[in-house]
Amino acid sequence: MNFYPIFWKDMLLIRKKPWKFLASSMVTPILYLVTFGWGLGRGMSMAGGTYLDFILPGLLALSAMNNSFGPVSTSVNVSKLYTKTIEEVLVSPVGPWSIALGRALSGMVRGLFSAFLLLIVGLASGVNMTLSPYILLVLGLTAFCFASAGVAAAMIAKSHEDMSNFNSFVIIPMSFLAGTFFSPDKLPEPFRSAILVYPLTHASMLLRALAGGREPDALSVIILAAYAVFFFYLAGRMVRRIA
Amino acid sequence: MIKTINLTKNFGPLAAVKAVNFSVEKGEVFGLLGPNGAGKTTTIRMLTTLTLPSSGTALIAGRDILTDPLSVKKSIGVIPQMLNLDIDLTLAENLEYHGRLHRMDRADRPGRIEELLRFVGLWEKRDLPVEHLSGGMRRRLLIARGLMHRPAVVFMDEPTVGLDPQARRLIWGLIDDLKRSGITILLTTHYIEEADELCDRVAIMRQGKIMTIGAPEDLKAVSGRYVLECLGRHDVPRQFLHSRDEALDAGKAMGCDVVVRDVTLEDVFIELTGERIDA
Repeated sequence: MNFYPIFWKDMLLIRKKPWKFLASSMVTPILYLVTFGWGLGRGMSMAGGTYLDFILPGLLALSAMNNSFGPVSTSVNVSKLYTKTIEEVLVSPVGPWSIALGRALSGMVRGLFSAFLLLIVGLASGVNMTLSPYILLVLGLTAFCFASAGVAAAMIAKSHEDMSNFNSFVIIPMSFLAGTFFSPDKLPEPFRSAILVYPLTHASMLLRALAGGREPDALSVIILAAYAVFFFYLAGRMVRRIA
Repeated sequence: MIKTINLTKNFGPLAAVKAVNFSVEKGEVFGLLGPNGAGKTTTIRMLTTLTLPSSGTALIAGRDILTDPLSVKKSIGVIPQMLNLDIDLTLAENLEYHGRLHRMDRADRPGRIEELLRFVGLWEKRDLPVEHLSGGMRRRLLIARGLMHRPAVVFMDEPTVGLDPQARRLIWGLIDDLKRSGITILLTTHYIEEADELCDRVAIMRQGKIMTIGAPEDLKAVSGRYVLECLGRHDVPRQFLHSRDEALDAGKAMGCDVVVRDVTLEDVFIELTGERIDA
């Protein structure tokens, strides 16, 4: 597989505009942290800790999702529909799976980086959480899963409006409903089961368990990994369709 | 180097390219000439594996575009009509990226980048982001990019579209240099002068079909090398004649002010189709 040139170019673009990348990675998660953690959540307690302790793992998952899905889907969509830069790759000997992998990995790096920054801000704000290398693994898997979804969605979308609709009907509802701001256990059935369909719910649950020093649920690991495999497969297939 | 076999493309009910057959020899500059919508770009997109033919196929350097697209991609360079460069990257980085896509050796890339940027006259601007370049410069950079991996066949889709006459002449000079280097080139154009100036042979296309193929001089010689026209009288049909003297004699009998000029490929197109190429 010759995915590295695709990844290399995306990393080069990040290195050229580091402050733009940093700012765009941080704005939304910090807004959530300020609004729901320090503002609305001040004085609230959840599961024996502060609301901030509760919400940070969810925000890490959310940040990994937003910063992997968003930039990748926008960039692929624009290169396919407007700048046509994707055609340079399509007429080169780089195969569709390499294109999908290069894009997904660059999205994963973006998602991981923004989550890492948010983690630093959260820890500096006095959030109590157990640090473990597994947190990095779950964040990596989450970011890869949504970066692959971003590639697939952008390849399927026939217009910028299609991408916007995908955001409105899938990504934004998932941001609010997938257990980032509340525990899925608090919801009555069938809503509790319904939100377990979202991959972000499992990412949040895994990170919350790890941050609380508990054993993560193996089923959530399997579901999140299955989504990552499925979205990557879909991304590769969709690139192959236009290639 | 290029051979199309009943190459056809339909977009729904619209037949964009209809069973096109032509061959391009090694080292030849071959032009697809025709008005907008003639099917030139669709043909080039099929040959460069960007669009799947509805039926028929083509061989590029002996490889089938349908059964062996990967080998085809290794042997072709594509200079598209759209300026699809990465504007945030510098000129050198654009070429570096292209070299990496084609798995060029790390040691080979810097020298090739310098060679090509000097060839297109952009070496001094190598570290500038592409967004600072004019349209003509971007087109020259596209040519450098298309040649970066030393392809055996180069496809150029409307290489001078939208350029001013000076920039167009500059691109023509580059294509002429490439021609002398022995590279095989297939280009599309709707500029008569461009096809006449650059191409060894031309296929005239209209509504997805090839109307005729031949060397520009041969095509022009078929009806006569000179055109006799009655000035200001569109109702009097133009005459094609084989010598200037013959044309002048015929002009005396027309009973109007006449002009005698060299025949162009546009005249050939009008003779074949009854339409102007820019209609």
